[in-house]
Amino acid sequence: MISFFTNLLSANAELAITLVKIGLLLFIVLTVNAYLTWFERKVVAHMQSRWGPHRTGPHGLLQPLADGVKFLFKEDPTPAGVDKFVYYLAPLLALALALTGIALIPFGPDPLPWKFFGVPVYLGIAPPDVNIGILALFAITAMGVYGVALAGWSSNSKYPLLGGLRSSAQMISYELALTMSVVGVLLMAGSFNLKKIIEAQATHPEWGILGWNIWPQLLGFFCFFVAAIAETNRVPFDLPEAESELVAGFHTEYASFKFAMFFIAEYTSMITVSCLCSIMFFGGWLSPFPASWTFTHYLPSAILLPFGLWVIWDGIRYETIFGRIILPGIGTAMAGAGLALILLPGVNLFIQGPFWLLSKILVFLFVYVWMRGTLPRFRYDQLMAFGWKLLLPLSIVNVIATSFIILAKMTWGAK
Amino acid sequence: MTAPLIVFFVLAALAVIGAVSLILQKHPIHSALSLIVVMIALAGLYLLLGAEFVAAVQIIVYGGAIMVLFVFVIMLLNAGVEEHTSVSKMAGPPGLLLVVALAGLIAATIVRSTDSIQSTMQTGEMSSSLGVSKTLGISNMIFKDFVYPFELTSFLILIAVLGATVLAQREKS
Repeated sequence: MISFFTNLLSANAELAITLVKIGLLLFIVLTVNAYLTWFERKVVAHMQSRWGPHRTGPHGLLQPLADGVKFLFKEDPTPAGVDKFVYYLAPLLALALALTGIALIPFGPDPLPWKFFGVPVYLGIAPPDVNIGILALFAITAMGVYGVALAGWSSNSKYPLLGGLRSSAQMISYELALTMSVVGVLLMAGSFNLKKIIEAQATHPEWGILGWNIWPQLLGFFCFFVAAIAETNRVPFDLPEAESELVAGFHTEYASFKFAMFFIAEYTSMITVSCLCSIMFFGGWLSPFPASWTFTHYLPSAILLPFGLWVIWDGIRYETIFGRIILPGIGTAMAGAGLALILLPGVNLFIQGPFWLLSKILVFLFVYVWMRGTLPRFRYDQLMAFGWKLLLPLSIVNVIATSFIILAKMTWGAK
Repeated sequence: MTAPLIVFFVLAALAVIGAVSLILQKHPIHSALSLIVVMIALAGLYLLLGAEFVAAVQIIVYGGAIMVLFVFVIMLLNAGVEEHTSVSKMAGPPGLLLVVALAGLIAATIVRSTDSIQSTMQTGEMSSSLGVSKTLGISNMIFKDFVYPFELTSFLILIAVLGATVLAQREKS
């Protein structure tokens, strides 16, 4: 019986590994999403001199769990006169497409140090040699608008309809700038493959941070980031759900878990955009330091160890008994992980790529929240003018300038 | 049956069902959704043929941009369920005849072109064995071999855009 299963596994090892990876990534992404809401509420609260969630669990750490339970157990009414099929399809579409986007992101350069049934296990679901990585991601982003637009249309209500209309108009306008702004990066890398785009930024290993695409493509990055924020419907481009004008925009008529699906989709696309920004402009999994500075390999430990110790110290003084148990536990885990990384150089070396990519993603997520905490919303005509009259011309200028410089390098540059 | 063959039949069935549903649906939005299904199924078929670039562009341009515009317009006009008027009885027999003629034409073309398809498949394998990626091959074709027809086409599109703008402006004044 057992041998039958091992035979089946080794025959379909690639399929089995992919399924396990999908399950794992789904779990990780959904957990990160949940804690992203906590992070966002906490950061915005502190920017506004509030405490944010702090009652449910130590520092409000159990708030996402409480929210999740609430989403599951709330009454889920279907409004009268909705187009049932499309009404149920829309949140499904939004969530499925957002999660598919993450599947294309490579999270690390090397496969795991050990193989399963002779199959190398890479970090990330799609194999690292997807030739059209970035194009496939844009294809998924392009489809993402349907979730919002159809939700607005099918709800049979005026505010969602307006939200859906705004969303599709906004997507059409910013899609162009989004695609044009990465052409510069593609020209420099000469490939659509995300892995090759990162490797092209490491041609001078000693340059470190200076070799990244952000320096020659500063204009492209600006256009890309602004257009990407507009595509993810976040502040200051969250007109489709502008609560001061449209109640809650396209998801006004959605309650309970169908609303949660839109919510998760939005946060997932935030993560995808952060991944894309760090991969295309900030070197992906490359370290910002020159390759010869090997002492920087201890940076993950140097962050985890003191932070873990601080969490222990903070935890034993916490006011609730629950916090006095949980927080030191988390702190011990962090400090232990930091210590283990020092003691296991092989693991430490492997963790470098994912560590840098995840730190960059975290920075971009913080920028997202930061902007939500500081910037006011655009007016609708400003939004359109900004997209068509500023972003699109700028990104076209960027493409032309980049191609001229590459041409000049090819003609007169160093042989 | 091999896995690619199964995928092919699933996608082909999806495309045909989507196309039929596009015609049979009463509501414009449902028809538009069916058309999107057709586009995506076609993209899957391109992917199965190894044309990754064409597949991605099919979804970005047709599935994304153009169909979003369709849906946008339908939503903006708030188009309702279509009303069926009495269909002309004359339309039946000639339509059937045309369907048969078109199907025959396509079938004949496929039968006749089997040799050339096989030869292009062989050359495609050759180019991939030379280490030339398919996207590179397409761009070489567009921007080197057929650059003048390509530029002429874009000029044509520009004229169409200008024409549409002029017409819209005239209506306003």
